[in-house]
Amino acid sequence: MWKRDEAVRPASGQSAGAPSSTSTASTHVEMNPSLEKSTVNIGKSVVIKGELTGSEDLTIDGQVEGTIQLREHVLTIGANGRIKAQVFAKSVVVLGEVNGDITASEKVDIRDNGSVDGDIVSPRVAIAEGAHFRGSVDMQRKGAAASPVAAKPAAVPTPAPAPQKVGA
Amino acid sequence: MGLLDRLTSKRPEPETHQRSAGAAEQSLFATKALGTFLRVLTLREAPVLLDLGPVVGPNVGFFGEHLGCKIFVDDVCAEIERHVRANTLADLPEAIGARCSHADASVDGILAWDVFDYLDKASAHVLGRELTRILRPDGALLGFFGNVPPKEQPSTYTKYVIVDESTLRHRPYPGARERQPVLATRDIIRLFDGLRVSDSFFMKNNVREILFRKT
Repeated sequence: MWKRDEAVRPASGQSAGAPSSTSTASTHVEMNPSLEKSTVNIGKSVVIKGELTGSEDLTIDGQVEGTIQLREHVLTIGANGRIKAQVFAKSVVVLGEVNGDITASEKVDIRDNGSVDGDIVSPRVAIAEGAHFRGSVDMQRKGAAASPVAAKPAAVPTPAPAPQKVGA
Repeated sequence: MGLLDRLTSKRPEPETHQRSAGAAEQSLFATKALGTFLRVLTLREAPVLLDLGPVVGPNVGFFGEHLGCKIFVDDVCAEIERHVRANTLADLPEAIGARCSHADASVDGILAWDVFDYLDKASAHVLGRELTRILRPDGALLGFFGNVPPKEQPSTYTKYVIVDESTLRHRPYPGARERQPVLATRDIIRLFDGLRVSDSFFMKNNVREILFRKT
């Protein structure tokens, strides 16, 4: 299913111990289109450097550095996954760590203990209690003008006796 | 129907404060300045919001989906906590300044929540100056400032979850940093030289809610 080359290797190997020594040449790991609807799993001992593209749902429990493109599919970063990459997918579920920007056409879901350091562009974003996030979220709301709340008297909070104006 | 009625179908009673939320130490508190802050954002096209607190999923969903904001989350409390644990608090002012990488006048709204309660004076001045710099003209900054001496409070931070435009759910979570000595209102105002106080309220829970606007 996977075309493996030297960029896809067990972390326990010598090269995995020094990933920075890997060539920066772009590496394409293509998935078989005939296996559409199936889910591919990248185990926690796998380290990938380069460009990862595919047409299947993908779960990553290993390490990926570079770019991930699954534009029509779901990418799941497992609890052991460590991603340092630009990510493009239909939906992204994060249970591990992502360091990089995420662009999803449908949804980004950062689960409990998931961590994202980067900018998110997606129409829907869910962030669980206990998740870590630092960056920006752009939900790309187009054409929907902001509600003119100020023009709605009912929306204005009526003064309640509880709070008092600060005198200073 | 208020603006945030869309966020939740369950609106609390207006006079319900510090209601128990089961085992979790969560409470509902009234807020007066949040509604005005939200109205500032709704009058802008594609507003940019900076949230200085820890990420809160429902808030991100609300600001992003309902108000169309681009949201920047930059948890200042996490930075404070890192420096406390590494015993490098002397470097905090510099670190705070370095974090604020936004361009001048590029942000429409800033949710500072209560982060200034945890900052030493030098760090507070750096952060206040940076926030003033990045706020757009007519933009708004909302801050909560405690009025209770630190020794009388547990060492916790708080996540503020927006329930509706007049109610916040407080979710305390543990931290190593105590609240710093209470800031006088005049000193708070001096932190934001270049902003004016638009609204200020002294709430029953001893918090001063102050909304600043940039002229």
